[in-house]
Amino acid sequence: MSRLVPFFGFLLLVALFGFGIWWNTRHDQREVPSPLIDKPAPAYALPKLDDPAQTVTREAMLGKPYLINVFASWCVACGEEHPVLMSEGQRIGVPLVGYNYKDEPDEAKAWLERHGNPYGLVIADREGRTAIDFGVYGAPETFLVDAKGVIRYKRIGPLTPAVIERELKPAIAALRKETP
Amino acid sequence: MNAVFRRVLFALALTLCCGVLNAQAIDPLPFKDHAEETRFQHLTRELRCLVCQNENLADSNADLARDLRHQVFELMRQGKSDAQIKQYLVDRYSDFVLYDPPVQGSTLLLWFGPLAILLAGAAVVVVTIRRRSRAQAPASNQSANDSSPNDEGDDW
Repeated sequence: MSRLVPFFGFLLLVALFGFGIWWNTRHDQREVPSPLIDKPAPAYALPKLDDPAQTVTREAMLGKPYLINVFASWCVACGEEHPVLMSEGQRIGVPLVGYNYKDEPDEAKAWLERHGNPYGLVIADREGRTAIDFGVYGAPETFLVDAKGVIRYKRIGPLTPAVIERELKPAIAALRKETP
Repeated sequence: MNAVFRRVLFALALTLCCGVLNAQAIDPLPFKDHAEETRFQHLTRELRCLVCQNENLADSNADLARDLRHQVFELMRQGKSDAQIKQYLVDRYSDFVLYDPPVQGSTLLLWFGPLAILLAGAAVVVVTIRRRSRAQAPASNQSANDSSPNDEGDDW
């Protein structure tokens, strides 16, 4: 019997490593769960990209749920995400706010002109200071903010049609149920 | 005299060179004294860079790491304690930014798992040794009688 103990030890390790591989194929190791979910979005006051004289604040955006999509012209994954926003953006059902992250305004504008602008409104955070309050660590990231200004959902990485169907739309539907 | 001069010059050049290398390792921040710099270095070494997740804030070259270093520096200047600065980052980036995770429900296995495995291993060793010595004790007492009554097949 005791001869079998090492064998069972081996089987245990096989199971452990197998579980590790299985887990990693289903979870993104780099994804850090945001502590901001279900907390009020940080206060912000950021200029509009196309009109820096105008400032957009958290308070001004209260009253209606909206999506904040963090993007930058230097961000490769944002380019992959962009066609999805172009085709699905209108159908999501909430306004799409572009959050231009650590970007040159001219390059951002040119980028939007070339690829199309899916956003109703684009705010610019050139220094990336407010982005720290949002816990942004890599574009693209997407936040769903409800009518009370609370962050309800966050996606790290590009939105894909599958993610929109599986995660984003149910989250928005849940908001609808709360506030008829 | 000439040799001494040359040696001094060499030492001076070496010091300068190292100074430059040190300064380039991180972007220079206007520390007011050495103590502040040491505290900054110590603190940023305990914080994780979110972009290249196996690097700490002090070493990382990532853009965000530089921003966060500046933020840490600014918070230090505002008179925040190390704990407050860590909390500031945890509020935004979760416990993940800490290289030293706090002891809580979800990290119990992480903190005490190795100890549990060590204790389990120690228990196995103790049990095995006891069994063996029990098996050998009667055998050595009656050396004339060679057949050991306690042979349990423990041959590993």
